[in-house]
Amino acid sequence: MKLRFVPWTFLWVVSTAFALDGQIGIHDPSTIIPCDGKYYTYGTGGSSLVSDDGWTWRRGTAPSRTGLAPDVVHIGDRYYMYVARNVGGQPRAEVNMIWSKTLDPNSPNYKWEEGGIVASSDGVEDCNAIDPGVLLDPSDGKLWLTYGSYFGYIRLVELDPKTGQRVDPNEKPVDIAINCEASVLIYHDGWYYLLATHGSCCRGADSGYNIRVGRSQKVTGPFLDDEGGDMLQGGGKLFAGSSNRVVGPGHFGILDLGDGVQKFSCHYEADLDQGGSSVLDIRPLLWKDGWPVAGDNLTGGTFEIESLRSGNALELAVQNVPVGGARGPRGGGPQASRRGGGAPIPNQEVGQVSQAWPKGNIDIRLGNYMVQAQQKWTIKPVADVGGYPGSPYFKITLAGTDRALAATEDGELVAEPQLLPEADQLWRIDQLTDGTYRIMPKVGGRLKQPLALSAIGASSVNLASFQPESKKMRWVLKSP
Amino acid sequence: MKLVIAVVATGLGCPLIDFAQLSAKSADPTKSYSPDAHGFIQNWTILEPIHLATPQLTESAVQAAAKHEYFEGQLTSLPKDGEKVMVDGADLMWHAVATHDYNINTYHFAHALSKPTSNVLFWGVTIVNCPREMKGVRLAIGCNASSIWWVNGKEVIGNYGDRQTVIDDAVSKRLTLNKGNNVVRFALVNAGGATDYCRGF
Repeated sequence: MKLRFVPWTFLWVVSTAFALDGQIGIHDPSTIIPCDGKYYTYGTGGSSLVSDDGWTWRRGTAPSRTGLAPDVVHIGDRYYMYVARNVGGQPRAEVNMIWSKTLDPNSPNYKWEEGGIVASSDGVEDCNAIDPGVLLDPSDGKLWLTYGSYFGYIRLVELDPKTGQRVDPNEKPVDIAINCEASVLIYHDGWYYLLATHGSCCRGADSGYNIRVGRSQKVTGPFLDDEGGDMLQGGGKLFAGSSNRVVGPGHFGILDLGDGVQKFSCHYEADLDQGGSSVLDIRPLLWKDGWPVAGDNLTGGTFEIESLRSGNALELAVQNVPVGGARGPRGGGPQASRRGGGAPIPNQEVGQVSQAWPKGNIDIRLGNYMVQAQQKWTIKPVADVGGYPGSPYFKITLAGTDRALAATEDGELVAEPQLLPEADQLWRIDQLTDGTYRIMPKVGGRLKQPLALSAIGASSVNLASFQPESKKMRWVLKSP
Repeated sequence: MKLVIAVVATGLGCPLIDFAQLSAKSADPTKSYSPDAHGFIQNWTILEPIHLATPQLTESAVQAAAKHEYFEGQLTSLPKDGEKVMVDGADLMWHAVATHDYNINTYHFAHALSKPTSNVLFWGVTIVNCPREMKGVRLAIGCNASSIWWVNGKEVIGNYGDRQTVIDDAVSKRLTLNKGNNVVRFALVNAGGATDYCRGF
């Protein structure tokens, strides 16, 4: 992340694409687990990261047992960690379980207990028992462990959610995929999805890591990709590959924030903006046609903010002025020709129409989008004011001005004439699973409870408690 | 022309409004009515249209048209069916009207009275009787012409341009309905074509 000082008190995040903030170096991160108001993840070699808000991270405390690519699941009052080690050389390996009642090292309840071996490979069989991934099945409460890394199969065994240990240590594991690693199952809408990482790791920007997915209506498979390819035969639909300034995503982990907001964590083998280091990231998890899709965090820009409810656009409540100036009845532009053509009409700049606007606060409404100046908004990430999982807070200003969208004490919206440091002008923008956005003012300052931008009317907007199923709460960011 | 208003309550602990508790009645104080099952107020007292020479639907033009004083007490009166006011030397009559639909079509209202239907300004009033004070309530309207709305004398909605009659198109900020009578008033500018409106709290 790069910072640039600007004249008005704020540090903007100016990178066109950014990973998380703070100390985010990690390899093979576990699923991110919330615990007592903080977020935790654990990586290979005892690395650990912790965050208060999911945006800014710092080094955490190594658990009592360290090793390869841990995964963590929270069940009841226990946090179960599964961590692998090679016994001698690969592929002889074992997955051990440890558990604690908290992940907070400062808590008196922080104490890791040994739970024993839950899976292993003997060095000859077609499996390398590392890279554990855990699913607590929300449909029936069963607990499943997948494991394996390139040498042969990814395997599945059932665990006891009361103890975290194998239900039947003698039951033969089920082969569900081949020649990949970092597998984990997730459950969505009646389907089990197996996410696993293909490609090579640990070679910086030369790593071919990419995350693939197959699905099945049975937890034991077969897991087929969208072309019918079985992951036991090398199939797998691409979920996330290298892009922008990051190379080699791997080790998927789901982070369900509730209210229809899902994110996923991964590490990149190389972040080109950070010297090619392996770093943690959190990105939106979208769903399309029954398949998970890797979303991209919003990095800012100028947009039409369109209501999914009405198709109308967020705008200042000021008198509309047509682009190119007023027309007569059924008139075209001043340069319009009956035969078509004519000189280009330039975009409407805010300075052309803002003289008649009130100098103080201006109300916000929704209007038919007509590419006018009061309808275009610049969304900019702000540094050093905190954030939320995967993203910093944003300012939303009328394009070309310092006029900022703000929340009022009574849950209404207003455009204030200048940027202010208060939380009331900071916005959390989460991409929802359908690709639309939830837009919420930062809690604090005037607002004491989480509220979201809501199209209460086709042409009216306010702030209200988020309703995941309501189109009123969903917004589309479009190129203006 | 249709005209719809609706009051809704959302978020921030606003009370939910049971529409069955609200009664709307025409400006005739001898009769009272209930909103329909969806909360639309179907009874209004509407003034015969005021002709406007060259109406525009921009915010400034509609505000100017509505704020011009055409008759005494146009923002305060509680007219009865059959009352008349003098506008530009002509008598215009108030009519208590009702609709069975979600909206009121002022085009048909004017046409039935052999009055101009286009390039006109309509004034309308109704009284909403609340059994108790209700805070955090919103007025919601839909109108396919430009319109301005007042509740108990306070301007709460301005909706401009040539529009469609969308239920809950414009929604006011939170307001308080008094126990007893509350006056809802509108001014509606129709430049051309049909206009109608609908409502709800």
